[in-house]
Amino acid sequence: MVPALEFIGVTKRFGGVAACNGVSFQAAQGSIHGIIGENGAGKSTLMSILCGARRADAGHIRLDGRAVNFASPRGAIARGIGMVHQHFMLIEAMSVLDNIMLGAEGGPLLAKGRAAARARLAALERDHGPAVDPDAIIADLPVGLRQRVEILKALIRGARILVLDEPTAVLTPNETAELFKLMRRLRDGGACILFITHKLGEALDVCGRVTVMRRGGIVGEFDTAQTSAARLAEAMIGRPVEAAANDRIRAPGAVILRARDVRVSDPSGAARVKGVSLDLREGEILGIAGVSGNGQSELLEALAGMRPIAAGTLAINGAAIDARARNPRAMRALGVMHVPEDRLKHGLVADFPASGSAMLGFHREARYGGALLDRAAIEADCAAKMARWDIRPPAPNLATRGFSGGNQQKLILAREIERDPLILLVGQPTRGVDIGAVEAAHARLLALRAAGKAILLISNELDEILALSDRILVMCGGRITGERSPGGTSARELGLLMAGAADTAA
Amino acid sequence: MPDADMLLSILASGVRLSAPVLCACLAGLWSERAGIVDIGLEGKLLAAAFAGAAAASLTGSAYAGLFAALGASLALALLQGYAAIQRGGDQIVCGMAVNMIAAGATALAGAAIFGEGGRTPGLEGAARFTPVFAGQDGLAFAALACVGVTSFILFQTRWGLRLRAAGENPQALAAAGISVSRTRYGAVAVCGLLCGLGGADLALSQAAGFLPGMSAGKGFIALAALIFARWQPGAALASCLAFGLLDAAAIRMQGAALPGLGPVPVQAIQALPYILTIILLAGFIGRSAAPAAAGVPYKKE
Repeated sequence: MVPALEFIGVTKRFGGVAACNGVSFQAAQGSIHGIIGENGAGKSTLMSILCGARRADAGHIRLDGRAVNFASPRGAIARGIGMVHQHFMLIEAMSVLDNIMLGAEGGPLLAKGRAAARARLAALERDHGPAVDPDAIIADLPVGLRQRVEILKALIRGARILVLDEPTAVLTPNETAELFKLMRRLRDGGACILFITHKLGEALDVCGRVTVMRRGGIVGEFDTAQTSAARLAEAMIGRPVEAAANDRIRAPGAVILRARDVRVSDPSGAARVKGVSLDLREGEILGIAGVSGNGQSELLEALAGMRPIAAGTLAINGAAIDARARNPRAMRALGVMHVPEDRLKHGLVADFPASGSAMLGFHREARYGGALLDRAAIEADCAAKMARWDIRPPAPNLATRGFSGGNQQKLILAREIERDPLILLVGQPTRGVDIGAVEAAHARLLALRAAGKAILLISNELDEILALSDRILVMCGGRITGERSPGGTSARELGLLMAGAADTAA
Repeated sequence: MPDADMLLSILASGVRLSAPVLCACLAGLWSERAGIVDIGLEGKLLAAAFAGAAAASLTGSAYAGLFAALGASLALALLQGYAAIQRGGDQIVCGMAVNMIAAGATALAGAAIFGEGGRTPGLEGAARFTPVFAGQDGLAFAALACVGVTSFILFQTRWGLRLRAAGENPQALAAAGISVSRTRYGAVAVCGLLCGLGGADLALSQAAGFLPGMSAGKGFIALAALIFARWQPGAALASCLAFGLLDAAAIRMQGAALPGLGPVPVQAIQALPYILTIILLAGFIGRSAAPAAAGVPYKKE
């Protein structure tokens, strides 16, 4: 049978560097084909060639056996390529219907096209389950539904080859399950789906075959029925992965941070954290699991001094902290360091050189020169951090945005952990970073715990919470809905608690 | 006390005075909805006013003046578009450059051609537009019609949808296979034509000829009106009318005495619309819903 999609020796260079080098593989109709690889492995470049955003320097693509060479996204769309970008290509101020129609309006006046698009949406809803309200404004929709709009957008244009670029990075476990259901249904309907991911478990779960990319080339192709996450990971990074050994034998120490009935409201006055009490002990990692948007972020920011606490008390080492005196600087002075959830928004200044980002929050210290910054000292300090944390490229003067996500995250971890925290607040330490950086971050957090520090970890990745935590709290709707030990629970049980199921176990 | 006649005449002159502001405001709306912030409205108004007056004075035809005004403003708009769209230049700088080019070039060309210190000779008869109905001439009605046309095109047509997409998320438009720069050029061209209409109104209807600097900040007031109007055509009409009425009332109130305060200085009255602009901007700008990608040059991946 002729494959629905075939890459033959596709090569793309940027400057002298080959982002894709002679990539060849095929994907069949009615299949879900995984493409995995670390950041920079060439997955995105390959897909941008497929969807017509870039042109290959050499090689070509065949659809149903016929060679194609797209000059623009328009040509690719016309040939049935549907692309769902990792960063959604949606217009937030417009309705679902207008977003779906954009570029395929069906005539110069919108009225007729709107009616036709509505009818097609209703038909798709019959075939593929619940659709979205066509008149809803994108900005009001949760991420999972926005992604569905992107998929509908592709389907309504008649896509037969659907490319999903890291679709689960932004989804909750339930939304991911929904997406997989939809993907399987589309596969059974004859679609060819390319699923780009770096989550190996998901690739094994939903794909038939998986192509592994590293440094622009293909390093292996696997049948998911006959491989394992460990083998995929090894192919992906080119060496065996060492999962950070987590020995949870030490007894928890004294309570360092005590929070009682903490309540946090957002600027509009809506309650986000509705009475959370917790004890964080020395030498432990306390993980907080929850679907994003259930108050974990607000709790973390409140503890870091970034948000006011509406009610409740906080004490460090038994000494109460005056709520009015709390701000990030004061909390830092008390030994509370913070690795924020959104590194580009709260952790770094993207346009600063790395050396500037590496001292943010500590810039008043004498070793950086005080009021008149000592540039040489700042750069030397950054260079030393880069050496100790294996941050690449080791260039203190390079703009922060020039580093990969993993290296940016290491820069923040280095900055916060090297300040010898009493308490480390960590939000999403490995969001959007590659496996190498995940390993490094986990190893550093475990080492910090072994040194007797108290760590509060918030993550949307249940695997991460399970792997690192000594205790797990689950948050839902601004409250703690359960406490579990990582040995005595499962992702499934935590998922139920995260969804708000009552905690029946005592 | 003002009587009914006086109110009516303030109303009529308010509508008349608001016409050029409305044209410029709609021009800005087109441009900014497509993602190009345009602070060069003022310069395009001025250049159009000069080109219109010069052509009308040389040919004796108001219509020749109108076409010259449209052409001059369109040319400046496309130049500005080339810098901002093709070259990815800073949009504020591009707009400012247009303002400076217009201020200098109109005065220079005026002095060189007519030798009257930058003015054009006074226009009379067929070289001017005269009222056709209710004290308003055809240009004012054309400006009013543009409100409805703008609203229809932006919200009911394919072109309008793509244009708004270019202003909100150009990457999404490009991913849908549509050229962002072509879409933005189209919007900028309409912006130029609307400024041309406004400039023609200034020189061929409100006044009888060109005076250096005669746009007198109307392009900037139009920008303020655009912000209060939250980039909506209907609201743009309302806010421009409000400015026009205020302007008309200010002219009437010159020399009037307020009870308890005595005569109000002319300057204070004249400053009223501008003071209101600042107050409204300070109060409204925070809550305005500007097109998300306005002011951001689009670069292909």
